Amino acid sequence: MSYRLELLLGAGVILALAGSLLIGPAGLLPAESFAALLSGEGPAGLVMREIRLPRAILGALVGAALGLSGAALQGYLRNPLAEPGLIGVTGAASLGAVIALQTGLAAAFTLGLPLAALAGALAAVLLILALAGPRGAALTLILAGIAISALAGAFTALVLNLSPNPYATYEMVFWMMGSLANRSFTHVWLAAPFVVVGGAVLLSLGRSLDALALGEDAAESMGVRLSRLRLALVLGVASSVGAATAVAGGIGFVGLVVPHLLRRAVGSRPSRLLGASALGGALLVLLADIAVRLILPEKDLKLGVLMAIIGAPLFLHLVYRTRRELG
Amino acid sequence: MTLLTLTDLTVRRGDCPVVDGVSFTLGAGEFVGLIGPNGAGKTSLLRGALGLLPHEGHSSVAELPPGPRSRHVAFLPQAREIAWPMQVADLVRLGRHPHDARAKADADAVDRALRRMGLADYAPRLATQLSGGEQARVLIARALAQETPLILADEPVAGLDPAAQIAAARVFADLAGEGHAVLASLHDLGLAARHCTRLLLMDRGRLVADGPPSEVLTPQNLRDVFGITAHFQTGPEGPIFQPLDRVRPQ
Repeated sequence: MSYRLELLLGAGVILALAGSLLIGPAGLLPAESFAALLSGEGPAGLVMREIRLPRAILGALVGAALGLSGAALQGYLRNPLAEPGLIGVTGAASLGAVIALQTGLAAAFTLGLPLAALAGALAAVLLILALAGPRGAALTLILAGIAISALAGAFTALVLNLSPNPYATYEMVFWMMGSLANRSFTHVWLAAPFVVVGGAVLLSLGRSLDALALGEDAAESMGVRLSRLRLALVLGVASSVGAATAVAGGIGFVGLVVPHLLRRAVGSRPSRLLGASALGGALLVLLADIAVRLILPEKDLKLGVLMAIIGAPLFLHLVYRTRRELG
Repeated sequence: MTLLTLTDLTVRRGDCPVVDGVSFTLGAGEFVGLIGPNGAGKTSLLRGALGLLPHEGHSSVAELPPGPRSRHVAFLPQAREIAWPMQVADLVRLGRHPHDARAKADADAVDRALRRMGLADYAPRLATQLSGGEQARVLIARALAQETPLILADEPVAGLDPAAQIAAARVFADLAGEGHAVLASLHDLGLAARHCTRLLLMDRGRLVADGPPSEVLTPQNLRDVFGITAHFQTGPEGPIFQPLDRVRPQ
């Protein structure tokens, strides 16, 4: 088995990380940038270490979390249309963030907003596990996810509705569009443990997801413990996507499109798709985050908006390709 | 050697027992056909015996922990699911899931299973692009690659062409000859009569007959359980079974 694809994607991620460190409104030359990054001295050092480096790391973390979660959920549900938002964690994390902005918690201290978003994600997980039951099938998981997403969406709309002043509303709407601008290392240290632990849990599920390609009965008869698999999946996705949403806001399409794009290149094996999608997601988010800085640098173009503008046509193309294959 | 013992196995759907106090043992060297009309409880019996359904009574296999169980028995479910467009060889290799991954041993087992099912040339093809019958054979190969002493198969030959049906039945009979045991639910009584060493006849959840084909496929059983008459004869070409007509329910 050759790992050319993973090596290529890994090289792409490293290049995109370097690109992310080199591009920004400060207009530093590449050599200056790296020298400043290493020395950490002067205003250039501050820009590199406190602004660009955390932004680049967060881009990779968020992208990897979304790509990996999308691949894991698609493998578990055996459905190429599954995406990380499906189990309701994204919506609940957004609700937590919006409440933090509304109540002033976000303004009170740096981590107020992401912590509230994480609390929202945790509430969603507890609710989904209670709703879907300990032994329920995949279908109950989807239904519970839809219900939680709808509820979180309704409460988010309510908060916006009752917002006392237009500025707070602007702030909430912009936050929900998703962005990596103005993030610090505090955000990295908050999100990284959840993304890394959740990601490790998801990566360990590969062989079970492979077996599930033959259906739940066949997988169980081959020794897969379905209830344990589902619990690990929900916790892994919730931990990594909840943390990603908490620091970056809502960024769609990564978890849907990346596994879809890479599936054929890994021979459609769910286990191999996990790692490849983590790398692919990191690459896509890093590139998109570079693009928002280049396209409209003075307008603060939101990452989530650009991702949807790239992602939706990409998805349409995939639909077209699938239709042609079906004849 | 006994490979499966069921004692008073009962599976309920709601309050209604769909498998009702079934007991039998299955030993090495047997290819047993599980027969009975639609809704007789064949699938529930297989799934209950494996522990995939909640049940009462005892099943020696269901009582094993998942790991050892998956190295003792392979199961071929009735629903033929292939979720992703994987290569045939990769799909068959999924049967190696219960074993500690050793690339060489896995590749050999996959190779043997593909060759037994006459699928050696199919290895690089995409399983989802094969016909339904070919997919069924690939999934049988997957169960064979698990290389377990016992195989439970739910309608493994449904939808296969006559040659493939005979070939699959021969594979099961050969496996029995090599010391494995196979329990397969079948609707083709002619195939069951010719190839199985023993038949289990189910009706409304109960095991109503258990023995060699000639003792199970009696006119009375056929009339009472299946509601048919049949021609059944053992001639120079072996046992020949042909259903003839429906019997009007009294």
